[in-house]
This record gives sequence, structure tokens and C-alpha cells, in this order.
Amino acid sequence: MKGILKLAYKLLVNDKAKFTALLVGITFAVFLMIAMTSLFAGVLKRASATVINLGASIWVMDPAVQTVSNTIGMPDYVLDAVRSIHGVHYAVPVYSGGALVKLRDGAYQYATVIGLDDTSLFGRPKLIQGRIDDIYGDNAFIVVKDPEFPKLESPRLGTEFEVNDHRGVIAGIAQVASSGLFGVPTLYTTYERALQYIPNPRFTISYVLVEPNSHADVANIKRQVQALGYLALTQDEFMDKISDFYKYQTGLGMNLLIMTVMSFVVGLSISGQTFYTFVLENLEKFGALKAMGTKSRELIVMILFQASFTSLTGYGLGVGLCAVTIALAKLRLPDYAAMITGWNLVLAFVMVVVIAAVSGYFGVRKVLQIEPFDIFRG
Amino acid sequence: MSTLAIQATGLVKWFGEGEAKTAALREVSLEAYFGEMLYIVGPSGSGKTTLLSVLSGILRPNAGSVSVEGEDIWNMSSDKLADFRLHRIGFVFQDYHLFPRLTTAENVAIPLILKRTNWDEAIQQAVKYLDIVGLKNRAELPPVKLSGGEQQRVAIARAIAGTPDILIMDEPTASLDGDTGHAIVSFVKENVLNEKRCILIVTHDSRIYELATRILKMEDGRLTGIEKGGSA
Repeated sequence: MKGILKLAYKLLVNDKAKFTALLVGITFAVFLMIAMTSLFAGVLKRASATVINLGASIWVMDPAVQTVSNTIGMPDYVLDAVRSIHGVHYAVPVYSGGALVKLRDGAYQYATVIGLDDTSLFGRPKLIQGRIDDIYGDNAFIVVKDPEFPKLESPRLGTEFEVNDHRGVIAGIAQVASSGLFGVPTLYTTYERALQYIPNPRFTISYVLVEPNSHADVANIKRQVQALGYLALTQDEFMDKISDFYKYQTGLGMNLLIMTVMSFVVGLSISGQTFYTFVLENLEKFGALKAMGTKSRELIVMILFQASFTSLTGYGLGVGLCAVTIALAKLRLPDYAAMITGWNLVLAFVMVVVIAAVSGYFGVRKVLQIEPFDIFRG
Repeated sequence: MSTLAIQATGLVKWFGEGEAKTAALREVSLEAYFGEMLYIVGPSGSGKTTLLSVLSGILRPNAGSVSVEGEDIWNMSSDKLADFRLHRIGFVFQDYHLFPRLTTAENVAIPLILKRTNWDEAIQQAVKYLDIVGLKNRAELPPVKLSGGEQQRVAIARAIAGTPDILIMDEPTASLDGDTGHAIVSFVKENVLNEKRCILIVTHDSRIYELATRILKMEDGRLTGIEKGGSA
């Protein structure tokens, strides 16, 4: 069988024009499919940036919350109630809101302000300049050095600015695991200072961040929080909820799905058509092989091998091209959100397998129909 | 007395249905022997190619039987019939049907590869067969770089590479000029024909009749006479 596969391989790759056309078609389709889905994956990850960066095991929130940035304040008693639940190791409040920063040139820049629990500073970012204790200094803020950092005129330690008309000073520069989705710089401060700087409704706790004693306590904590009329989600559940919101309630998911399907259809049409033409052009040769004693199943193996080889090579090239493109794009555009995940690769692979199967099916059908006698008749 | 290679009895083959039904073979019976070069001649549409296809296990007849060394080939399963063609029949097609994307040696190696011979060994053997037909120095070229006569010889090398008992040649001189055609068939008679091999040639080229052991004449789906040699 190895020799037959090598024969199929040579028949395929030695037809350089057709083989190139096939590869270009599949590579292009895979590139588009992965580019679309990786962009979506990147957007979804960024939409959960605060959840990732704060890193709490359980998030308690108002049941109506849909994304981490659309907070609904909870009363203070919720914090006390959560702390009293059996299995809670500790629970801290966190504030998440927005403020207007007035820059030195007089321009205003919107910024996300995260207020960390004053006592524990749970969820604090990793500092690359300054000391974490300086967050307790007068008007102190820690700025995140991410792609949005230049929007605050790339402040240094000690840089002063106005936050909602109050004096602010940079006490630390930090880095976080994930940048946000909306192109807004992030400032960290203490919970109490955040409440002072940002006008608030009656209830001020955005989320209660909970660390359970053990994983086994999670279910009980969720039940007890539900009994309070609130919602407790693990980090993964909260990220899924945010993803679902963007996927199903914003039109973003549907639009990207349509683009992905279009890429698939383009790939299928180009590759299917080219492969079918390749088989048609070689039909007499396949008929000659049949006359010489090649069994139908061996011809099927040859065709499927050719379809699979082309598709998988195109898949590899498409993935590589997409990875290089994303890497180059990120060099020029630090904000570029695309991120290739295992699921992107699996989805594109499944689609490529479908392309190979469909192309192969039509090729096989045609080859099985040819009668060796037709070769004799000429 | 030569050994009987092929015995065909009462072969009937028609194409189409209803009013379009056309008889291609009408009760054709013949015998072919090892060591002979048997020609089947006749005008176009007389059923020569159909007969060759039925005898070689490619086209199933509507009636009649074909025995090769006593075994009825049309009672074989399709896989066994494919194996029969692979191991016992060598084909030289009218249009050669060489693979333009393979080298000459790879083309000749095809029957060996189909027989599961290791690729490198198959190529080595193919070069030997190319040597037999005088084209060893063309082994690495694609067939399109060869002349018509050379392509025909490559097709012959491919057909004999599988060491078949029976060699089927369909209009072997049709695409060649008179001298080249004659030279090719002479070459086959001198180098390929032996006591253990039977060669069936369909042709209407009278210039090569002198090379035949026997010549059977076909017309309108029937064997109508013998132009040379003994009985049908």
C-alpha cells in the first residue's frame, strides 16, 4: 500500500499548477477561518480581562450582571453575609467603575478604576515600578502598563493628574495578564479611595471576591449566595457568562460565524472544484490503472490520500500563515486582540476534514464510475 | 502442440437497450495458444476491441465464457478478476496512457508497484525493462519528452514489467508511421514473445500482418475468417 500511496503522492504533487491551486485555496480558507475565530477568541478573552487579572475563585454579583464592566452595586450586608457562609475562607469587596482623567494638556481620557479591598489588596497587579504599600499614600493610583498606557501620556512615578476633578498621583506602574477590550487605560486604587473619587449610587460593592476553604465548598457557597438573592460564579463560569453575552446578545458571534462559514464555503468551492478538475483530468489514467488490475478500494485510498494530503498541508500552511500574520500585526498594533486557541485549530481542522471528505467523495465517485473498457475504446 | 492459453466460447455482447441495442459480439469462439502472436483484424466497429476487452477480463459478456488455462475468468469475483489482470495480463493501450507527471521509469514500474514491490526495487526493475526496449537512457525523462515510437516502447516495457502470460496490444501501430510501427511489432515478436506467453493484437494495419502467427478476421461482431494460420 505504501507504494500505491507514493504513486498517488507523485501524481498529485508533480502536477505543480493544480497542486499549487489546491494548496492556495485551502491555505486561504484555513487562514480566513482561523483569523476570524482567533479574533473572536481574543475579543472574548479581553472581555474577561478584569476577571482574569483579579484572579478570584468565586465572584458574587447581582444576577442581572452580564459583563464584568456592567456592574450593579450590591449593599454592604452582602459582604458580611457571604463572609458568614460555611466554607468561605475569605471574602473581599471590589469596586469597578469608570472615571474621567484630565491630562496635563487639558484633554480628558476615560479610564477604568478598580478599587481593591483596603485591608488585603486582594487582586493587586504585579508592580514593575514602585511599591504596593504606596497605594495607601495620598491620592495614590497604580497605572497598568498595557497598550492603553500611552493614552494617559505614559505617566511615570509621581506624575500628577486629575481624576473626576480630584488630584491623583501615580504611585506604581503595574502589568497585568490580559488587557481590556475597550481600549481604556486601567487604574488601581483602594476600595475606599475609589468610592471617594467616583460618584456612586446607594450600593457600592461591584463584586464580592471569595476564596473557598476547598473546592468542595463551592457548591454550598453558590447555594447560600443564591438564597441571598445574588449570584455566585466560579472564575470560569463568569468568563463563560461574559462570552455568552458577546456571542449571543451582541450580534458579534453571529457576524463572525457568518464570516467563518463564508471562509469555509470559499475554501470548499475552490478546493473541491480544483480537486474535482484534477480527478477529471486524470480520469483516463485512473481507468488505465483499473484496467491494469488496481482494485476499486485501492483507487479510493489513492484519491482520499490525495485529498487528505492536500487538505492537511493546506491546513498547516494556513495555520502558519495566520500565526505569522497575527505576530506581525501585534508588532505594529499592540491592541490587536486575535489569539489562536486549541478550539480555533480544532474547528478549522474539522472544516478542513470536511473539505477533504467532500472533495474526495466527488473524486471517488467519478473514478469508480469509469469503466476500463472506456480506456480501450479511447 | 502448443499449450492452450485462452479459450473463448459463444461470446455475446451487446450495448444499449431497446431500439438502440447493438450487438458487438455475436457467438464468437476462439482459442489462443502460448507462443503465438494472434492478430484480430477487421474494419472499425467490427467488435475487435470489445472482443479484446472481454478476453482480458475488462468487459463482462452477456453470454459465453472465457477460460484462461482452464479457469473461467468471468466466474471470478471482481477482486479476483482485478488480481487476474494484474498478474496475468499486460496491456498496451492504443493511446499508451502513460502518466505524464511520472518519469518513464516510474511509468514502467506501475505494475510492480501495484503488485506491492518495494518502490526502489520496482524502479530498478523498471530500468531493466527499459533496457530491454532500448530506452534505459530515458528512464528519468517524463514520457512527453519522448517520441511516439519511444512512448510505445515504454508502454510495452510497462506491459511486460508485470511478467504477464498474456499481452494485449490494442492498435499498437495506430499512432506510428509505417516503419516505426513495423519495427515495434518486430521488436515485440523477437524480444517479448516466448513459449510461455501469448500475444493478442488488435489491428487493421496490413503492413504488420507478416509478423503474425495467426490472423483472425472480424466483421459485424463475428469471426468471419482466417487470413493466416490454422483454425479460430
